[in-house]
Amino acid sequence: MSKHHVTTTINGEPVEFLCETQETMLDVLRNTLNLTGSKEGCASGDCGACSVICDGKLVCSCLMLGVEAEGRSIVTVEGVAEGDTLHPVQRKFLEHAALQCGFCTPGLIVASKALLDENPNPTEEEARYWLAGNLCRCTGYDKIIAAVLDAAAEMRGERSAA
Amino acid sequence: MNYIVSKPELKVVGTRPVRPDGVDKVTGRAQFGADMVLPGMLWGKVLRSPHAHARILGIDTSKAEKLPGVKAVVTAKDFPDIASEEAFVGEGPMNFRDLSRNCMARDKALYEGHAVAAVAAISQSVADAALALIDVTYEVLPHVIDVEEAMRPDAPILHEDLFTQGVEPKPTKPSNIAKRLHFKKGDVAAGFREAEVIVEGRYTTQPVHQAYIEPHAALCAVAADGQAQIYSSSQGQFMVRAYCAKLLGWDIANIRAVPLEIGGGFGGKTLVYLEPLALALSKKSGRPVKIVMTREEVFRASGPTSGAVVEVKIGARKDGTIVAAQQVLKYQAGAFPGSPVGPGCMCGFAMYDLPNVEVEGFDVVSNRPKVAAYRAPGAPISSWAVESALDELARKLEMDPIALREKNAVRDGSKTHYGPSFRDIGFLETIRAARAHPHYTAPLGKNQGRGVACGFWFNIGGESSAAVHINEDGTATVVSGNPDIGGSRASMAMMAAEVLGIPVEKVRPIVGDTASIGFTHLTGGSRVTFATGMAVTQAAEKVVEQLKARAAQIWEIPAEAVEWKDGAAYPAGSNAGGFEPLSLADIALKAARTGGPISSEVSLNAQGAGPGFGCHICDVEVDPETGAVKILRYTAVQDVGKAIHPAYVEGQIQGGAAQGIGWALNEEYIYDSQGRMENPGFLDYRVPVASDLPRIEAVLVEVPNPRHPFGARGVGEVPIVPPMAAVGNAIRAATGLRLRDLPMSPPKVRAALDAARK
Amino acid sequence: MPALNYAAPTTVKEAVALLAGASGTAKVLSGGTDLLVQLRSGRVRPDLIVDTKRIPGLIGISEESGAFVIGAATPGAVVEAHEGLKRAFPGVVEAMDLIGSQQIQGRATLAGNLCNASPAADSVPAMIAAGAIAVIAGPNGQREVPVEQIPTGPGRTSLGRGEFIVAFRLQKPAPRTGDAYLRFIPRTEMDIAVVGCGVSLTLDAGGKIIAARVCLGAVAPTPVLAPEAAAALVGSTLDEAALAKLDRAAQSVCKPINDKRGTIEYRTKVAGVLARRTAAIAYERAKARG
Repeated sequence: MSKHHVTTTINGEPVEFLCETQETMLDVLRNTLNLTGSKEGCASGDCGACSVICDGKLVCSCLMLGVEAEGRSIVTVEGVAEGDTLHPVQRKFLEHAALQCGFCTPGLIVASKALLDENPNPTEEEARYWLAGNLCRCTGYDKIIAAVLDAAAEMRGERSAA
Repeated sequence: MNYIVSKPELKVVGTRPVRPDGVDKVTGRAQFGADMVLPGMLWGKVLRSPHAHARILGIDTSKAEKLPGVKAVVTAKDFPDIASEEAFVGEGPMNFRDLSRNCMARDKALYEGHAVAAVAAISQSVADAALALIDVTYEVLPHVIDVEEAMRPDAPILHEDLFTQGVEPKPTKPSNIAKRLHFKKGDVAAGFREAEVIVEGRYTTQPVHQAYIEPHAALCAVAADGQAQIYSSSQGQFMVRAYCAKLLGWDIANIRAVPLEIGGGFGGKTLVYLEPLALALSKKSGRPVKIVMTREEVFRASGPTSGAVVEVKIGARKDGTIVAAQQVLKYQAGAFPGSPVGPGCMCGFAMYDLPNVEVEGFDVVSNRPKVAAYRAPGAPISSWAVESALDELARKLEMDPIALREKNAVRDGSKTHYGPSFRDIGFLETIRAARAHPHYTAPLGKNQGRGVACGFWFNIGGESSAAVHINEDGTATVVSGNPDIGGSRASMAMMAAEVLGIPVEKVRPIVGDTASIGFTHLTGGSRVTFATGMAVTQAAEKVVEQLKARAAQIWEIPAEAVEWKDGAAYPAGSNAGGFEPLSLADIALKAARTGGPISSEVSLNAQGAGPGFGCHICDVEVDPETGAVKILRYTAVQDVGKAIHPAYVEGQIQGGAAQGIGWALNEEYIYDSQGRMENPGFLDYRVPVASDLPRIEAVLVEVPNPRHPFGARGVGEVPIVPPMAAVGNAIRAATGLRLRDLPMSPPKVRAALDAARK
Repeated sequence: MPALNYAAPTTVKEAVALLAGASGTAKVLSGGTDLLVQLRSGRVRPDLIVDTKRIPGLIGISEESGAFVIGAATPGAVVEAHEGLKRAFPGVVEAMDLIGSQQIQGRATLAGNLCNASPAADSVPAMIAAGAIAVIAGPNGQREVPVEQIPTGPGRTSLGRGEFIVAFRLQKPAPRTGDAYLRFIPRTEMDIAVVGCGVSLTLDAGGKIIAARVCLGAVAPTPVLAPEAAAALVGSTLDEAALAKLDRAAQSVCKPINDKRGTIEYRTKVAGVLARRTAAIAYERAKARG
């Protein structure tokens, strides 16, 4: 069967790829485009390890067909830093030791960035509910929440960059 | 050198540097098991039994083999038929014959999800199509999944050659009871006669999965001369190598196992599932083969830990002195023997100095996936019963729960009921710190309650190797052999940096593959900071000796006249000569001229691992109309010996507590009447999400373990032991009701409340 | 698997033609949060996927003739950001918001939630309580039906071949009307509802309930609009006696099953609890609109 030819934008760069209908955006990112930062934890939208931002909305790339990316703009974990300048969320995750095995981390970085893009001053409860779609089995979420709230404070100018 | 005894001011150990692998992990650069690719790679998929128990009468793979794009198909006949042999390479004993049959069924499918065949093809969709073309003829047999039902004499038998060990006379009829264990100290019958208050109860748990977010993945490449490379995410590349060598009948030297980053293990990746299959497929096809489990496969075919029935009886005098303690533990092992009932027998009462103890344990097979280690294997189940019973005892005695534990706590020199005596432990310090914490006396509101529970884990040492190399520019590379599950490589760099006296940013830690570092036991048993840290420290100390000798050579003075301080060589005293100090970088620059490369590799078998103790305080609020339990506040106090990197020690405690809370409230395997799992996904296998938990305060108590140079104790496993009873005791306080069956999900809580109202 | 085709039509007419004319099964793709899971598990094996998101008007919320018109492919995140809709129908918006995670909200749609026809769908009891109308396009033109007529059984709808929902209409509520939705789940997020309850109440100037709609989810093969539960409230000021009647009425319409998410007994009891709690919130909201 013939594949779909898709033209899209990923992390600000124009990208073209071929995919079969049933291939998800996650399959395309990982297996066709070699962007393996987004992870497959469940393939059913329950763990958030595959989180990307599509046209400004936080989504699970495992629940999007690759062909749907046509004409859209996608941000993956690989696009969160700017060159070798880490995003405050990334820096705070490192400072607060908000990762142990690191597998859920890409999804959490993307989801946390999406949270702070939309709500620069979340309460702890708001942050927890926003991130409820990102499972972490190692940390108990404690240092993750601390890192996200600290990143938010820094981005609001309340704390200087460490 | 023992840094606790000599008490130098530590410059690196105890601080919180950013972990050296951190940037890779927050940018998505780090390579995990499924991220690796090789040219010419094929995709592998596994065909799994749809039946919980069935004889395999025949497998016809001919149609699958003919499908265009399929390059290899394997079944049990592609693996040697291994004789029964126990090995001690992984976490706990492993029978190689059982492991082989677990990886690929032979003669019988013993659980739904049991692998019966595997294929390698040019794409995942062709591999899936190939699976559908494999014809397996099954004779479906009656199955049994409940532990007590499996113990009955009329239960369907899984293994015709399994006879219960540990009973006399030796049985002649096969059984699902693989082993009976028995521990005895003193005379419990006499103890119970002396007791003035007795509590007893029957507690149950359901199997729960480690639920690491990364599914199992392996990429294997076998060359025509039989040399094999394995890239996989595991808790031990030497274990992977050893198990694969055994299961395939290959020389160990021909296998190189490369550890990729691992997305969680918790004990569930201390064995192999996919590597032997991928190796066999690669050998047959002549191309690299990658196999990745789906989440559904992870649940149906890997882990979990045992479900169990535990009966406990404790007797005490009115002043709180426990005079008798008895436990019967029935753990299910899944399809092959090897549940953690042994540690369960040892851990439940281990924290208490008891004169009369009797513990009986049963290892029982059942038609469920073979259990794998899960963080302090066996102990959480045992302590769920004991710590709940102690809570009841405290209430009957009208005694504060921590005071009850304090009265009976083990101290230095206490002898356990399973043999060894404790030395240099911190249990008393831990429970006293819990009692002194403001959480213990914070006010509570309506429908709220507070529970306390304690936990213990032995922690292990074992074989580790580490190398410290001084680079030409004075930076250092530390190579060790443990996959980094929770930040351990940072601690390796920190200990080396401390000994060498240079900043930690100048020390780069690498996790080496099986060809690049000496034999190292896997990451498990809370052993890495202890045992591998010991090897790293000793290697760094040997390097310091070399550095001093080179300085002596340069200065033309005896080596004893040189001392090492703050990363530089100094003449020791004015008699040695007025030389300017030589920094590590100065000496490194001259290495070739003074004798060659400066490095050291140490291999050891670390003894003296210090046991760990924890005490958790949990506040809950119960909605009496729905039975929903909300965790309001959680404090986990633990003796950690010495926190090399305190943030990662706190992380272990918080993570273990979160897993225990999930085990307490909502996690369980749900089966249908055909013995098939109904909830093999994260939607209905309910691990805690971020909004389910409050902040978890980890309190580090440091009673150094004198047998580690920096005083470290294992920390990772203790924190999962107390939470179930801490939550159960809190529910008891909030509702007046004792729940004894896990998980304490809302329907169970509501049903208990309704029953009490009648 | 046999070739799976995909089309992204740009007009309603084109979409209808694709759905009606497909040889084999055709499935509508809006958010994909149910469809992709079912594709992957093999529960559905369509021949054609028709993506409706490129049709103008399918995404977006407008107001016409005193009603909100919500494009069928509008993701939850857009629904929740609409201030006007939130003010008028907080129950509908909070019900949609409860579906899955934030990531699911970036894609999931009211139409998908309705047409997937899970008995436990979160948005449906609230939509029914609010009196939402589904606007359907098909080979015979457009028709409109109350949302409660769409689900006919688990996974089944009353839509005919070639039909799909293009929009929902929610008539702006009468004064002193408030709606609410609650669900019970074992965790705090990420679970399918064990029981869901949507309530809409209209009060008179004195605070007496003059109209009520009570709809329960996850307690029967389809969401249950319960006139007996509504009758228990009409004429009352939501006093204890009315709440007790409501509780019993809600329990009486339950026909749940035992499954991995709840038992018959538990679901029935919790239905009564949720009905009371949801009615109380709807009542407060209705009063505030006085």
